[in-house]
Amino acid sequence: MNNLKHEDHSRSAYWRANIKILAGLLIIWFISSFLFGIVFVKELNQFRMGGFKIGFWFAQQGSIYVFLLIIFYYVWRMNKLDKEFNVDE
Amino acid sequence: MDILTWTYIIVGLTFLLYIVIAIKTRASSTKEFYIAGGGVSPLVNGIATAADWMSAASFISMAGLISFMGYDGSVYLMGWTGGYVLLALLLAPYLRKFGKYTVPDFVGDRYYSQTARLVAVVAAIFISFTYVAGQMRGVGIVFSRFLEVDINTGVIIGMIIVVFYAVLGGMKGITYTQVAQYCVLIFAYMVPAIFISLQLTGNPIPQLGFGGTLNDGTYLLDKVDGLLTELGFLAYTSGSKEMLDMFFITAALMVGTAGLPHVIVRFFTVPKVKDARKSAGYALFFIAILYTTAPAVGVFGIYNMITNINGQKIESLPAWVQNWQKTGLITIEDKNQDGMILYQKDKVKNELTIDKDIMVLANPEIAGLPNWVVALVAAGGLAAALSTAAGLLLVISTAISRDLLKNALAPNISEKSELLYARISAVFAVVVAGYFGVNPPGFVAEVVAFAFGLAAASFFPIIIMGIFSKRMNKEGAIAGMIIGLIFTLGYLIYFKFMNPELNNKDHWWFGISPEGIGTLGMILNFVVSFIISKFTPPPPQHIQDLVEEIRIPRGATSAIIH
Repeated sequence: MNNLKHEDHSRSAYWRANIKILAGLLIIWFISSFLFGIVFVKELNQFRMGGFKIGFWFAQQGSIYVFLLIIFYYVWRMNKLDKEFNVDE
Repeated sequence: MDILTWTYIIVGLTFLLYIVIAIKTRASSTKEFYIAGGGVSPLVNGIATAADWMSAASFISMAGLISFMGYDGSVYLMGWTGGYVLLALLLAPYLRKFGKYTVPDFVGDRYYSQTARLVAVVAAIFISFTYVAGQMRGVGIVFSRFLEVDINTGVIIGMIIVVFYAVLGGMKGITYTQVAQYCVLIFAYMVPAIFISLQLTGNPIPQLGFGGTLNDGTYLLDKVDGLLTELGFLAYTSGSKEMLDMFFITAALMVGTAGLPHVIVRFFTVPKVKDARKSAGYALFFIAILYTTAPAVGVFGIYNMITNINGQKIESLPAWVQNWQKTGLITIEDKNQDGMILYQKDKVKNELTIDKDIMVLANPEIAGLPNWVVALVAAGGLAAALSTAAGLLLVISTAISRDLLKNALAPNISEKSELLYARISAVFAVVVAGYFGVNPPGFVAEVVAFAFGLAAASFFPIIIMGIFSKRMNKEGAIAGMIIGLIFTLGYLIYFKFMNPELNNKDHWWFGISPEGIGTLGMILNFVVSFIISKFTPPPPQHIQDLVEEIRIPRGATSAIIH
């Protein structure tokens, strides 16, 4: 019984930690595409990086690179979390 | 050798390759047919997902679409890649842990309801059919332009090839042919892009050449902005869409991508939960190679078009312009009879009309590349269309043999006859898709937009709530799904078919175009499900346990047969 309770507790802690990671990454996802690429695109376009206006670059290039970084960070972080909570495969 | 001979050789060789793979990887059980036996490595699954996802439209039309839309075209770039973040973080690992074969499987089991299962089956079939008709048409168009055969003959040749490997191999055959198809399509896309980037900007990497300088030292993007404004167009790097509409369209495409059944089902094929996560990363990596190149190709294309054609004497046009005039993709009409071509925003004065597909199709000739590269582009377009068609056909056949027959109408059929029914439904699906390819409904482009809106408004919310809310019950999910579907479909039909003359900013609700309405449908689905579930009983204990179970990676068996 005790064991079961302990397991329940650790499962909900695992789930909370998971949600926290997700929330952080989804905020970055939202900022890099919706905010940088759409909402603040005019403001960011006043700055340049070589031939690119920054807002335009985020909308057509940068956001995609950020998406990739998000997923690969997530894979790494979740593998670590799975081991910490002993729920890995 | 001339282009036509090269095209026959290269297209013939790639088709032979797909058939050999299909014979080597044919499926012998339902598990192999539905999910390739569940033993696909994350890297292979990532490549196959990329091929599955990138359709004829991504390969042939997207770069051209962006080159005419400029900044507005960003909705496709962000929308069709950002969905993979949602897939990787919110869907793939949990659906893999759930361990069944199809999206309606999950909906039916999680919401302990045959009604929910049936609504999901109908939505999956409808979404996939609308999408696959466009692919078969794409196959026909590539055939007719490059191999000089009739469009209908092209569609039928495409059908025979797809039947061969989808019916024989099921998911297993499709997966390995998709890997080959990805290699063909990405090579065909990158070779001309690299050469054009090198010619214009001196940089072999198109993603960097995009922001590079021309021979005269000006930045390419600044130059194009200048050229376009001179001709009366909007600058390339600024847009004409309202911010709210950009926002809603991008969100609808992202969420729709994450809700498309033929994409989701690919994550059932890997052995472990962590493989599902990694596989989504690989998929986006292989997609991003093309998706970060496409906007560069778009800007190179518009620059080449304007500088090579506008203001030139008609008799001294480059050879490729004359070649493509024959196909009708470039039309020139000397309205003011001065022997020169004038490209203008003003439709009365404009003398040049360019089809968007030309930006990719004519690239090798513009860059002066050898004939075999032109042939390669044809093979690439076919690979893109066939791989997507096969993935969609599999969803349709699975929906019929598993979700309708095995799980609803005839639960007692043996595995052997289920496999037979799966094959028969695949043939049936190809025939229907081929019929729409030969007799396209006049609204193919519109219905593909439907697929995203409907996937966003139906599957995405109920799958998310099925995983992240233990309290969500069948009453809430069914109501949400139905309201989301009806609302989105109603809005699309109202503006696209009933009152196309009202389809503009002034009449849209809150300025949201039909392309973006799926986002509102999704929000509506979430709200309705939440409210209804508050007033109805919670799901039974074993369902709540199931939700607990899918949240934890450990204990994932490869998909269970029952």
